[in-house]
Amino acid sequence: MRHLLSISDLNKSEAISILDTASELARVSDGAVKKLPTLRGRTIVNLFAEDSTRTRISFEAAAKRLSADVINFSAKGSSLSKGESLKDTAMTLQAMGADAVVIRHPASGAAQRLAENHWMSGSVVNAGDGTHEHPSQALLDAFTIRKHLGMGGSDLVGINVAIVGDILHSRVARSNVLLLSMLGAKITLVAPPTLLPVGIHNWPATVSYDFDSVIPHVDVVMMLRVQQERMSDLFFPNAREYSRYFGLNGERMAAMKKGAIVMHPGPMNRGLEISAEVADSARSVITEQVTNGVSVRMAILYVLLAGGALEVGSN
Amino acid sequence: MSVALSAQDITRALTRISHEILEKNQGSTNIVLLGIPTRGAHLATRISSIISSIEGTDVPTGTLDITLFRDDLRMRPPRAIMPTKIPTSGIEGKDVVLIDDVLFSGRTIRAALDALGEIGRPRTVQLAALVDRGHRELPIKADFIGKNLPTSKSQSVKVLLSEIDGRDEVSIEEGVE
Repeated sequence: MRHLLSISDLNKSEAISILDTASELARVSDGAVKKLPTLRGRTIVNLFAEDSTRTRISFEAAAKRLSADVINFSAKGSSLSKGESLKDTAMTLQAMGADAVVIRHPASGAAQRLAENHWMSGSVVNAGDGTHEHPSQALLDAFTIRKHLGMGGSDLVGINVAIVGDILHSRVARSNVLLLSMLGAKITLVAPPTLLPVGIHNWPATVSYDFDSVIPHVDVVMMLRVQQERMSDLFFPNAREYSRYFGLNGERMAAMKKGAIVMHPGPMNRGLEISAEVADSARSVITEQVTNGVSVRMAILYVLLAGGALEVGSN
Repeated sequence: MSVALSAQDITRALTRISHEILEKNQGSTNIVLLGIPTRGAHLATRISSIISSIEGTDVPTGTLDITLFRDDLRMRPPRAIMPTKIPTSGIEGKDVVLIDDVLFSGRTIRAALDALGEIGRPRTVQLAALVDRGHRELPIKADFIGKNLPTSKSQSVKVLLSEIDGRDEVSIEEGVE
């Protein structure tokens, strides 16, 4: 495997092996010395053309724990804001000898374009492209679910997941639907019809417009952020109405199954899709998702970069 | 292919190694056994049970995966990371005995020493190997050896253990490299 652009690049056993690798690497993060020499001498560029806290810091921490050199590169303060094209940026990175580029970009398909145009020879990791995919987030979500609810197995068979909210704009939802269904989980998408994409019935998931009827039957409630920056249209009458029908509050949380967990990829709009009471409750694994993110991203970088040049591309 | 050690030979070698470990360390009180996965870990479990049957007390036994510390990662496809399980007693101030199936270039053991350094500071580190086939590339020597097996570099040594391979056997195969 050379790039990680989409969950569809992975088959089930590859996905499970990334999760297994991550759980071994998690032990490193728990240890006294949080550093491994594995990627010494490799350069990883974080190319973030869109704002991000968690993902960028998480990839940076992951790369540093594996002893790689990290160059952070964000749109603000770089020539991207002067209008430099992705191609020119990529060729600059190539000239500097980047072994991998972690890219976050507002345009869907940006990572694929970077990987497939031979502008650069390194690996490309998609850290979120427009409304398309966010594979590392899905992997860390699967890792978190498996850690909490996995019945000792390596996959997620028998687990019911509700993904709730702005499915239309959510790359997290797309990657999660692909990955969690591949791992055997049953997925229900809950959203107002206006926030569901065209062709939703071809996704490996069921759709519901009634959050309350779904809640008692699921093991995981994954809330999505209402992405106001991507909303050019009026998708729901007002925030209060959205919150009433599709927000997770204390009342709805009380109806959840025993042992069921609440997830959110962050950043949260407290009071809109999730109430503070729920976000800070014992059911919430939201900060743990962040912790697991580092281990999972270490595993991704290990799988993409630790192997030798001979095997690159041969999978 | 020629058989170098039969199942009985392996059992005898492990019994002797167990006695030698006890002799060198004057008992089992300060010993920690760490097997290097995959087969070294199974050998560690066997040596541990032999020692506890001799001494009548359990010896802390664990596994130490060294994949992330290898210096030849770039030359091979990514390897799966195996579990590292350090006994709860830790390794600080202990006499750690590393256990591996085949001692060859010595690079695995170098990596293991680096991996140990991340965990703590043992009093001593010793090395037990079922087979020493020579061709060292680093100044590393085993303290306890099951059998010295002179080989040429083109040959390969295959260790089979009943826990994963169904039977115990060490054989030499002519390589095709």
